[in-house]
Amino acid sequence: MSLLELKNVYKIYGDLHALDDVSLKIEEGEWVAIMGPSGSGKSTVMNIIGCMDKPTKGEVLLDGKDISKESSQGLTDIRRDKIGLIFQQFHLINYLTALENVMVAQYYHSMPDEKEAMEALERVGLADRAHHLPSQLSGGEQQRVCVARALINHPELILADEPTGNLDETNERIVLDLFRQLHDEGTTLIVVTHDAEVGASAERVITLEYGKVTSEHGGTEFGKAARKDVI
Amino acid sequence: MFFRMIKGVLLRQKGKMFMIAFTIALGASLATAMLAVMFDVGDKVNQELKTYGANITVVAKEASVVDSLYEVDGASSIPTSYLKEADVGNVKKIFWAFNIVDFAPFIETHVSVDGKDVIMVGSWFNHHLSLDTGEELDAGVVSMRSWWTIEDGAWLDESQEADAKKIMLGTTFAQELGVKAGDTVKVSCGKNSGTYEVAGVYNAGSDEDNEIFAPLDLVQELSGTDGLITSIEVSAITTPDNELSRQAAKDPGKLTVAEYETWYCTAYVSSICYQLQEAIPDAVAKAVRQVAESEGAILDKTQLLMVLITILALIGSALGISNLITASVMERSQEIGLLKAIGAHDRAISGLLLVEMIIVAILGGAVGFGVGYGFAQVIGYTVFNSSINLSPMVIPLVVTLVILVTLAGSIPAIRTVLRLDPAEVLHGR
Repeated sequence: MSLLELKNVYKIYGDLHALDDVSLKIEEGEWVAIMGPSGSGKSTVMNIIGCMDKPTKGEVLLDGKDISKESSQGLTDIRRDKIGLIFQQFHLINYLTALENVMVAQYYHSMPDEKEAMEALERVGLADRAHHLPSQLSGGEQQRVCVARALINHPELILADEPTGNLDETNERIVLDLFRQLHDEGTTLIVVTHDAEVGASAERVITLEYGKVTSEHGGTEFGKAARKDVI
Repeated sequence: MFFRMIKGVLLRQKGKMFMIAFTIALGASLATAMLAVMFDVGDKVNQELKTYGANITVVAKEASVVDSLYEVDGASSIPTSYLKEADVGNVKKIFWAFNIVDFAPFIETHVSVDGKDVIMVGSWFNHHLSLDTGEELDAGVVSMRSWWTIEDGAWLDESQEADAKKIMLGTTFAQELGVKAGDTVKVSCGKNSGTYEVAGVYNAGSDEDNEIFAPLDLVQELSGTDGLITSIEVSAITTPDNELSRQAAKDPGKLTVAEYETWYCTAYVSSICYQLQEAIPDAVAKAVRQVAESEGAILDKTQLLMVLITILALIGSALGISNLITASVMERSQEIGLLKAIGAHDRAISGLLLVEMIIVAILGGAVGFGVGYGFAQVIGYTVFNSSINLSPMVIPLVVTLVILVTLAGSIPAIRTVLRLDPAEVLHGR
């Protein structure tokens, strides 16, 4: 059984089909990149997989359970228990320190544990910045805090939306290395991106255009094609 | 973690929280000032209304019966029945003694001055009393006719021995006689007569301008009524009449024990009259109905005005708080969207915002209460020339109002929070 499966999913706004009969499967431990140009439906897929939106039609099976008919309370519980979210804009709470930002996720999940939160920050190399406010951290550091927050509750699935979109090359590499480590440890990763290098790091790349899945490649294969395009 | 988040908001978002606390403080200060004044305004307005004269007159029982039978205005006729001057002090021995702010005995007689007939009134002017309760006061016409203007000369001063044989003339009568302060007039009353110096000429703006006022002893001596008086005028602080007091005024005997207790222990003009009758033998105490009713009506209107101002102040404050909190929530929409995205339920987020607001409300409310108490004193000294006593009722009322206004002001913000879609917020839409 796949960890996540979308079966004939539609998302329709008036006349616009943001998603048009999308079906895909993601296995446990996979690292999948979802790519496509602006308006292709990447964010809509991310919202549906991340339990922040519901499809107009179709099934979304997470752990074999259809979550497309869940109430908003039910979706909140699924997000809390099974999904770790990483955002392009980091979305850290500006009046809380890095450590407290990680602990917030623990608080709404179960019990805040400062030691465990500190370990998560150590893992992303930010133990020495734990007591700094977001405004005192660089963009790369803020994104690593965001990764630590996504990891803290040991989610089944990490969903990252343009995780390197606001980072320079050095920080992009640090974040991708972190993703590689997580993947090696068996974490399932879905990364929504339009960055070819990020896509090339994934095991599998799903490309969307006009709300439809237009292609699926292995990440390496996609990387080669992307480089060829550049040349 | 909950309190770390609260602490974070309060300490690291001081500017926004200060603005909300400031608005709450403003509302709380207005509510405190208005409520403190409202609860004390009854006594203050009553004190002010005392300047319009007595609100109770005490006369001998027989005189009262004659007045009732012939509908004679007791103030202008010459009664033939008397009260004892020795009983005047009993006025300050009743249950509501502290509500009696002024009183004076009166005796009236017909006299002839330089051949002209006139009513002569004997009374206290500034009679010093040392009561058994330890209270010291100066009672008499000087304070009970505070609206009189002295057109010539000065008030009679009872502390000056020479003034015991002086008199005061009403302005109309003085003009008729062609006399002024310092002149002497011959006063005859039956077989008795005497020549007295005019200490002053007063303008009362009423029939009293055709009368003569003189010290009580002097008039008693002239009219041969030593130790007797015809009436006592009493200025009392009273509670506005209600159904119970009107019922009791007709016949206290018809009240139930509980009603009687309530009536007797409330400063209604009728219960004070009843107690005066108990204290002064063979006397009938009657409310000067017009004054008593006007006082009650003015007081009711003043209190209604204060209530309306308080309500308006609180509505204004609630709107201000509501706008500020909603603006603050909108500014924090990304944070709230994130909390929703990581698994916080609407209830938890609403609870977090409410606790933040209640802490800010308590801080703002406490400051507002202190400032409001100061405002009340400013109002007290500016309007009534005395301090405002803080009723114990004001504290729980202000606390309740501040919390209610803060909660009411937070409702639009909470509704906004509940409507926020984390996906839209986090994608910056």
